[in-house]
Amino acid sequence: MLRQIEGSRAVAEAVAMCRPQVICAYPITPQTHIVEALGTLVKKGELNAAFMNVESEFAAMSAVIGASAAGARAYTATASQGLLYMSEAVYNAAGLGLPVVMTVANRAIGAPINIWNDHSDAMSQRDAGWIQLYAETNQEAADLHVQAFRIAEELSNPVMVCMDGFLLTHASERVDLPGQEQVDGFLPPYEPRQVLDPNDPVSIGAMVGPEAFTEVRFLAAERMRQALDLIPAVAASFAREFGRPSGGLVRPYRVEDAELIVVALGSVLGTIQDAVDELRADGIRAGALGITTFRPFPAEAVREALGGVHRLRRLVVVERALAPGSGGIVTADLRAALATTDGRPPHPGDTIISTVIAGLGGRAVTRKALRAMLTSAAQGDLPPFSFLDLRRDLVESELARMRAARRSGPSAENMLRDLSATAPGALD
Amino acid sequence: MFQVRFHGRGGQGVVTAAELLASAAFREDRYAQAFPSFGSERMGAPVTSFCRIDDKPIRTHEPVTDPDALLIQDPTLLHQADVFVGLKPDGCVLLNSARSFDELGLADFAAEHDGGWLRTLPASSLAMAHLGRPLPGAPMLGGLAALTGVVGLDAVLAAIAERFTGTVAAGNAAAARAAFEFVAGELARERANA
Repeated sequence: MLRQIEGSRAVAEAVAMCRPQVICAYPITPQTHIVEALGTLVKKGELNAAFMNVESEFAAMSAVIGASAAGARAYTATASQGLLYMSEAVYNAAGLGLPVVMTVANRAIGAPINIWNDHSDAMSQRDAGWIQLYAETNQEAADLHVQAFRIAEELSNPVMVCMDGFLLTHASERVDLPGQEQVDGFLPPYEPRQVLDPNDPVSIGAMVGPEAFTEVRFLAAERMRQALDLIPAVAASFAREFGRPSGGLVRPYRVEDAELIVVALGSVLGTIQDAVDELRADGIRAGALGITTFRPFPAEAVREALGGVHRLRRLVVVERALAPGSGGIVTADLRAALATTDGRPPHPGDTIISTVIAGLGGRAVTRKALRAMLTSAAQGDLPPFSFLDLRRDLVESELARMRAARRSGPSAENMLRDLSATAPGALD
Repeated sequence: MFQVRFHGRGGQGVVTAAELLASAAFREDRYAQAFPSFGSERMGAPVTSFCRIDDKPIRTHEPVTDPDALLIQDPTLLHQADVFVGLKPDGCVLLNSARSFDELGLADFAAEHDGGWLRTLPASSLAMAHLGRPLPGAPMLGGLAALTGVVGLDAVLAAIAERFTGTVAAGNAAAARAAFEFVAGELARERANA
């Protein structure tokens, strides 16, 4: 049914239609509205699930691990510091091969404390063994949860659905929410591969030494390899059942004859598509490639999406997270994907790859800034690594302070003081 | 695309007003997007929210920087922030006040902005009269409907009925309707005098 609905609410209703039996969560902005709405549905009796209030995110993930091992369909949601706090258990869920589904309402990681959106939180867990799906719109966020339970349970591997905090979670958009019968038809009841059953006792979570640990990890890699086939198959099945494309591995936009392609994850893709249209109107052959599945990284699908692009000269990776001392996290995977097995680049000529760090801690990524940056990329003026809309004056002042005095003080506070001194009206 | 920026204070229903406008547009089979300015929520602190309305799907997720309409729910914000920044030359401003732009010391701004619509609307008074609480969101939307026609009054009323229940729904609906009639009446008088 078509609704004008807040993203968090749409996700809560989609999750509820997946009939989770145990929901366990600890509130943290900007995830809170999702679990609040689920709690309300449970309390009103519209969702038959155990809603467990816990004392922390570590407890939330530990409890869903227990619930999942006991054969229940289990769900949780978190963000930012909450995801870090549960990190040890995040790895355990994957290591044990338990098909938990978790929403991450993407938010920056402190310090400095920041409640706004970027991808630092989910990126920090990219090698925890979870499948990671990134939603472009609230429609896709809702749809991805329905697909996530099916993918997770078929593989017996946890799935993280990442949606941009505030930008999606707190935005009211048009969402076509599926009916309960449709979801029931798409998502069969959970049939666990392993289960704690008093009538057929097993132990789960043994200590494994050097004799088999590598083999357990090999199987984790193998599940991810299988996921690369399963995720597009589930997306295709979803498109047939629900009549709209959602999910999958990658999403190309106007790449066919593109000489400049922007690669990104999440809600910024919509703004990028608008910018691409503007660049096309300017005569620049631009395109975009959305990475919907970031883990496993769909190297072959990326190569295919870019492979037909014989004129491609430039790739610009817009990243909502920073790997200090390394650069762009997505860029590293993209470079690896584009290095073919024989070591040669897949395209004739040189493909120049630039990383642009954008939208950190809630900094708006505007079409205007994207258009200017991409225009300079098309002209060959974009450096290999840069920050979009960086306030260089703030950085320069702080660097000057640090050069001038040993005890220059805390940088974040210094820059905030500079900002308030230059704010309009501050000197009135 | 029609873009609206709402300015108000925490507790005034600034975010709810943007969501109601999006819901009203949705009822008229249009695409809409509403979102808050993502600050730390506190009662009384300046709050901004946004709404986009279009005939085709809205892909962008950037803040509204060049609004077609500004709905300013608290006139004291005029002294704190540049609420008019980015307003399109032919854009409209609806300001919650029982006083005129001249009386508020905004005659210069009004003179510079002769391409658009500038209105004050006693939205808080209308809300007090009909709802019993000074929550200007619903009457501001009624005023916007009369001023621009970007959504119809019926759609605004339907959005209110979906969001609220009982006396709160009835009070907000009555305040929105009164505001619509207030602005429509002023416009009719001005046309008659022109």
